[in-house]
Amino acid sequence: MKQFRYIDGAAILKLDQAACIGCGMCEIVCPHRIFQCIDNKATIVDYDACMECGACARNCPVGAIFVNPDDGCGCARYILNSWLAKIFRTKLSPCGG
Amino acid sequence: MRRDNYLITPGLYCVGRPTGDSSILVTANYKLTFDLLRQELEGLDMWILVVDTRGINVWCAAGKGTFSTAEIAYQVQRARLMAVVEHRELILPQCSAPGVSALQLNKACGFTGIFGPIRARDIRSFLASGRKADEAMRSITFTLKERAVLIPVELFLLMKPLILILTVLLLLSGIGPDIWSLDRALPRGGMAALVIMLGVLVGVVLVPLLLPCIPGRQFWLKGLLLGTPVGIFAVLRFWPLVGWTAVIGMALWAMSVSSYLAMNFTGSTPYTSLSGVELEIRKGLAIQLIAAMLGLCCWLAGPFLL
Repeated sequence: MKQFRYIDGAAILKLDQAACIGCGMCEIVCPHRIFQCIDNKATIVDYDACMECGACARNCPVGAIFVNPDDGCGCARYILNSWLAKIFRTKLSPCGG
Repeated sequence: MRRDNYLITPGLYCVGRPTGDSSILVTANYKLTFDLLRQELEGLDMWILVVDTRGINVWCAAGKGTFSTAEIAYQVQRARLMAVVEHRELILPQCSAPGVSALQLNKACGFTGIFGPIRARDIRSFLASGRKADEAMRSITFTLKERAVLIPVELFLLMKPLILILTVLLLLSGIGPDIWSLDRALPRGGMAALVIMLGVLVGVVLVPLLLPCIPGRQFWLKGLLLGTPVGIFAVLRFWPLVGWTAVIGMALWAMSVSSYLAMNFTGSTPYTSLSGVELEIRKGLAIQLIAAMLGLCCWLAGPFLL
């Protein structure tokens, strides 16, 4: 995936290294290989590759990882629909997937 | 293309002749996912636990919370898995991790979740190597083939809105100093349709295919960049026929259409973050709307200025 890079500095991803217990779950689940456990502590080695899927945060046993919690994927049409739903006060149709 | 036809009934399924020691794979109830998984397991004896994701694939369902810890625990109990197998282990697709906490799964149903590889075709080597997935198996990819298979669906979904837009455009193309004439509507409407369809092809076909080679990070800019040659083509080819004003309108349409459709492709990629997409569509959409409106003004004004 190295040839695919998205907007730098955009992703909301925070790792609290002091809370980390070095279990390595984030390293396992990340589809973009952003984490590496070095000396029993998770480290973010490629921050800008984060797509905010939230797998790491969901599987961190001590809640040391924070990812943009907004529901939804990185999908323009979904964001547009959510804006339209807000404007017209209609129910948001679920994402097609 | 109704999604209902792509549902698998949730529950426990067999591959080969599984026993109480056989591994259990968990997957979504999207038919294409299920079929692919079954194909890859040919010759093995295993269980497949299908959870209810309303016909959505694993990753999107996990992102939206339907492929969840609670749903797996529910299906485990419904299938009485405790009585079916002796072990207490579920192999989960890695891409279900946004929705499934392996730790909480154990508390919820007594089964330990182990994250398997991303792709079904790696399951065999994952099992053979003692449940170890290497870096490649854990990394998402977006190959030319993976991008190409998305194109027909996108084109199909565009058919209805495109026909509607082109019909309206055909009607608007007839407006002129003599109010409306079919002799004006048909050739002008045809030209506009051709240019817009070229813009569509650029946004839906060319952008996905060439994605890693197109300069820039933001998708609306990638689409705009590739749409520019279509705009230039429209100007060179049609200005003697419809005049400068109208031809600029066409070029603006082609570019805003390809830019908009490229931006929409963010929903199909496995690397665009929600924060990033939100950032780019604010600017992208504003510029696309202004360009399309300006294009419409140019197009409508054209016949009066000839």
